[in-house]
Amino acid sequence: MSFLSNLEKPAETDYLNCIRCGLCLSVCPTYREYLTETASPRGRVALARKGLDGQLELSPNLTEQMYSCFGCMACNDICPVGIHPGDLALSMRHVQEQIEPSGWKHALFGGLIPRPQRMEAATWPLRLYQRLGLRKLFYALGLRKLLPEQLRDLEAQLPSIPQRPLRRVLPEVTAAKGEKRHQVGFFLGCAQSLLFAEESSASTRVLARNGCEVTTPEDVVCCGMPARGYGQMDQVREQARHNIAVYERYDLEVIITDCATCGSTLKEYGEILADDPEWAARAEAFSAKVRDISEYLATIPLEKPTGRVEARVTYHDPCHLRRAQHVWEEPRSLMKLIDGLEFVEMPEADWCCGSAGSQLITHYETSTKVLDRKMDNLNSTGAQIVASGCPGCQMQLTTGIQRNGLAVRVVHPITLLDEAYGE
Amino acid sequence: MVKLAAAERLPVVARGMGSGLAAGSIPMPEGSLVISLTRMNRILEIDTQNATVLTEAGVITATLQAEVEKIGLFYPPDPSSIKHSTIGGNIACNAGGPRCLKYGVTGDYVLGLTVVLADGSILKTGGKPIKDVTGYDLKGLFTGSEGTLGLITEALLRLVAKPQFARTALAEFDSLADASKTVNAILSAGIVPATLELMDQTAIVCIEEAMKLGLNTDVEATLLIETDGSDEQTVLQEAATAAQICEQQGARSVKVAQTPGERNNLWKARRSISPALARKAPNKLGEDITVPRSAIPEVVQRIREISENYGLPIVIFGHAGDGNLHPNVLFDKRDPEQWAKVEKMVAEIFAVSLAVGGTLSGEHGVGLLKRPYLEQALGPVSLQLQKQIKQALDPLNILNPGKMFPV
Ligand SMILES: Cc1cc2nc3c(=O)[nH]c(=O)nc-3n(C[C@H](O)[C@H](O)[C@H](O)COP(=O)(O)OP(=O)(O)OC[C@H]3O[C@@H](n4cnc5c(N)ncnc54)[C@H](O)[C@@H]3O)c2cc1C
Ligand code: SF4
Ligand code: SF4
Repeated sequence: MSFLSNLEKPAETDYLNCIRCGLCLSVCPTYREYLTETASPRGRVALARKGLDGQLELSPNLTEQMYSCFGCMACNDICPVGIHPGDLALSMRHVQEQIEPSGWKHALFGGLIPRPQRMEAATWPLRLYQRLGLRKLFYALGLRKLLPEQLRDLEAQLPSIPQRPLRRVLPEVTAAKGEKRHQVGFFLGCAQSLLFAEESSASTRVLARNGCEVTTPEDVVCCGMPARGYGQMDQVREQARHNIAVYERYDLEVIITDCATCGSTLKEYGEILADDPEWAARAEAFSAKVRDISEYLATIPLEKPTGRVEARVTYHDPCHLRRAQHVWEEPRSLMKLIDGLEFVEMPEADWCCGSAGSQLITHYETSTKVLDRKMDNLNSTGAQIVASGCPGCQMQLTTGIQRNGLAVRVVHPITLLDEAYGE
Repeated sequence: MVKLAAAERLPVVARGMGSGLAAGSIPMPEGSLVISLTRMNRILEIDTQNATVLTEAGVITATLQAEVEKIGLFYPPDPSSIKHSTIGGNIACNAGGPRCLKYGVTGDYVLGLTVVLADGSILKTGGKPIKDVTGYDLKGLFTGSEGTLGLITEALLRLVAKPQFARTALAEFDSLADASKTVNAILSAGIVPATLELMDQTAIVCIEEAMKLGLNTDVEATLLIETDGSDEQTVLQEAATAAQICEQQGARSVKVAQTPGERNNLWKARRSISPALARKAPNKLGEDITVPRSAIPEVVQRIREISENYGLPIVIFGHAGDGNLHPNVLFDKRDPEQWAKVEKMVAEIFAVSLAVGGTLSGEHGVGLLKRPYLEQALGPVSLQLQKQIKQALDPLNILNPGKMFPV
């Protein structure tokens, strides 16, 4: 198909060698709920292959299967051939956007999210929600078919809003407590800054307590994941270049983030800008420095927390941490340092919670089914606290807990560590 | 639906999770009706007194196993595709797996079936009694029928008590010949391990590349041995004896999994071999010959010769304990010369198997791929009889047409 030939699209090797063994079906949350081939990783690979070599039209139905993917990457991990169906689904969204760009996405991802000031003014989605009401906000975003139950669940997602976004409050440099042993950067993600400010303050405190001088530039922009999810690759690259340039101003050993999603995207800048001669090497160098906070803390000597957290605690693996960054032992080990804390492993801890950024808005039914499965598993542990280092997961878990009438606190693992350190 | 299809002469293809390795669920000709059974996924009854489970055909085998194990029962058949294949598909292919050596294949656990026949009528056959000679054994007929005789919708399966203890060991050999001889040495010593799996060097290299489990990649072959049972001492004793025999036969080292995590890793590795081979070459053709186990060393040797003669790699792994080997030819289909060679090589592999008294397929089935060789394997009388059975049950030839029988 000639019209496809000058588009950015996945390479043949990304899909051709799928041997259709079906191993990936066993780990896919959307397949588990729909039990149809098209909603499976193998099905998505087949659709992509046929779509790209012209045997199938890139129809709305085909594109929908790419959007119904949760991007949990469980298939990427299990495929013994090395096919990454989850990444392929993302690339296909980008292909679709190149053929037929959609206006509202451009406004949202180009105009609002990457501009911190505008977003803070709107404090998307919260302040906007407070001004307009949730229903009007979603109408404005072109999402008209929301159910009453869905609105209730979406409202449950929202944590209490901090007075001011953390990016405005946190000093550019937080001094190490005691002797300075490490010079680290901190990337404060949008959701963390706007919604989970207290957690990121805790993160910087824990770093400082362990000898880190923490530099947190105020002028970073969104890491780019939301735009990537909606196929806006040009937007992602622009944001990547901006953030790289910001950190090039400082001399830092590592760049730390406490948001699983940001971390996974920042680590991909090298790949995302690989074809840009001016930026490839800079992006590579940037990505090589990025660490999740628990990943980093596991590499330096830590002060033993003296306080106690008396609770039974379990942990949910954010896909963006476990699959994208292969970090899963570290947060568990860090929590186990805390006296009084009884750690219990939850069944299927690494099964997607159904958040996937915005699936609760766009794919409500599947998202809640996947979520309820997570809640059954959570409930079976009898835990009073569930920890998870990702704002998306935290919001989704909070929703699930309210939907199912459970009494479980949702928290970032490092916040627990901060509580154990006390002030 | 099948009634409608019969009226319209529309071909009907049953489909489980599409993990079949004989292209059995590929609709032919185009325009067939594919009936996916994956949403018939309820477990209907677990009868603890009689140790049976009644299940719909679309239940994923691993899910069924997990459910019955919760109450101390055990469904042993364990195809490596256990997490991505259905009970219906397993029965339709009479699936085997590593544990077959001790516990037998899927068919050994089928007590009863509900089958939609070619005219849309519904057959219920078999029941909870373990013994039953009232009439022909129809459930046996549908087991392994690859969707050509009827659509299996429900199955009544026999369960056994869950073995309480298991011990898994990995024996590494510098010589593939030694490893294949060891298989017989262990079994002749009176031990029946639950599993006795063989993997050659290329298989190990591929798994290691795919999964990074820290396996030694410079050995020529490994055996994966698991003993199980309800008496811990016996299980340990058998494992120790098996390990000793491996060492006597020239194993470089024998490692026993110490934690459930280590054991899981070994099995995860074993289950990923087949797809992991795709890392080595654009295409692979996996065969499924099964030979009397005394012939394994000879067959392994002959397969290596075939590989050398044609200059294309053949990876050998499989359920060596029950003589079931999966020689996989690696090649690039885009090169017509290679493809021509592959066809000849496969014919030779089959010939080797038949010559030593083996079969074409131990567990994957005939499907589309092995049709041309069926007569050679069965002989004219058996083939004719099988065609008559097909004719009697599916006179319009609408059930999975084009499969199994040579055209
Ligand atoms: C990585 C891998 C490892 C494997 N390991 C093993 C192994 O160790 N042992 C083994 O035996 N096999 C193995 N297989 C082969 C395959 O998984 C089995 O044959 C399995 O039983 C197929 O089940 P399915 O549900 O995927 O059926 P499908 O592939 O969908 O169908 C297979 C055949 O059964 C028919 N069929 C399916 N469901 C029904 C039904 N309800 N009623 C009637 N006909 C039906 C189809 O028409 C088709 O002919 C492996 C496959 C893979 C990819
Ligand atoms: S994507 Fe990988 S795991 Fe899934 S069917 Fe293809 S080869 Fe198998
Ligand atoms: S990324 Fe997750 S949801 Fe998407 S195809 Fe893979 S396993 Fe399924």
